[in-house]
Amino acid sequence: MIRALVLFIAALMALPLAAQDTMPPAPYAYNQLDDPAQEAEAAALMATLRCLKCQSQSIADSDAPMAGDMRHQVRSRILAGESPDDIRAWLIARYGDYVSYNPTISASTWPLFAIPVLLILIVAAVLLRRLGKRREGDAAGDEGDAA
Amino acid sequence: MRVRLMRWVPLALFAFFAGVAGYMLTQEKNQFVESAMIGEQLPEFALKPASAGLPGATRSDFVGGKPRLLNIWASWCLPCIAEAPQLEALKAQGVEIFGIAIRDRPEDVANFLSRYGNPYARIGADDISEVQLAIGSSGVPETFVIDAAGTIRYQHIGDIREDDVALLLAELEKVK
Repeated sequence: MIRALVLFIAALMALPLAAQDTMPPAPYAYNQLDDPAQEAEAAALMATLRCLKCQSQSIADSDAPMAGDMRHQVRSRILAGESPDDIRAWLIARYGDYVSYNPTISASTWPLFAIPVLLILIVAAVLLRRLGKRREGDAAGDEGDAA
Repeated sequence: MRVRLMRWVPLALFAFFAGVAGYMLTQEKNQFVESAMIGEQLPEFALKPASAGLPGATRSDFVGGKPRLLNIWASWCLPCIAEAPQLEALKAQGVEIFGIAIRDRPEDVANFLSRYGNPYARIGADDISEVQLAIGSSGVPETFVIDAAGTIRYQHIGDIREDDVALLLAELEKVK
């Protein structure tokens, strides 16, 4: 029984290992760029790009080999003189908006930006009407509140 | 009366929101990230051979003749083992399959091919996933249909199962 349990736990631990490669990471996966300004640009961009393997993490947060390869792309492209916006656009052209954590207004996302504005406008209109009524009520003396 | 009804609006809104959230929780999440490169040209690349005895792969190898399959795989990828017989079946139907091995070692590739068969005419070694990223692939295995003009026409995500073989043959036929 105990042996079976140990084997079972060992099997659980062995599976993730079997699904990993043994290649060394790409040159710029874990190495920073020499120029601090360029590295800062790269770091800011990497924090807003989604890891495709581990989809709730940014590529800056992830240790997945593929995230390392994506960081290498970002750093080597920055080094080659590409702007962060170009690199983000390059990735979006391949994976869609999903790869970017930086929200943009598009055909499918505009309600997210429009609804809060709309709600604030509605609340403002309701408040103005109510306060206006109350003031009218005060001015009219003892008519009292409608609510 | 109107004011009474208005009082229920926030509760109704909350119930609607809770309902939508509850419904979405029961829906299966699509984990696949589809490539946005379907219909686009295969980008320029030149990969060294992934294993001795087989040529590497470049973009120009995909141009001319008939549509081909581009199989993104790796010897360390378990579903790729399950996929091997289906690739073999596609090859038997006359399909030319070029592989790209992701982050792989030549000896591991050779070992995989000798154990599970070699359906590939070429295998390029993509040690830093650069071609994989350039075509919008987000994992192994994935299979792309590339037409004779070098345009990406179809993406199959995950291992090819038995019933996917006919589907891929149809997609290859479609872009002939």
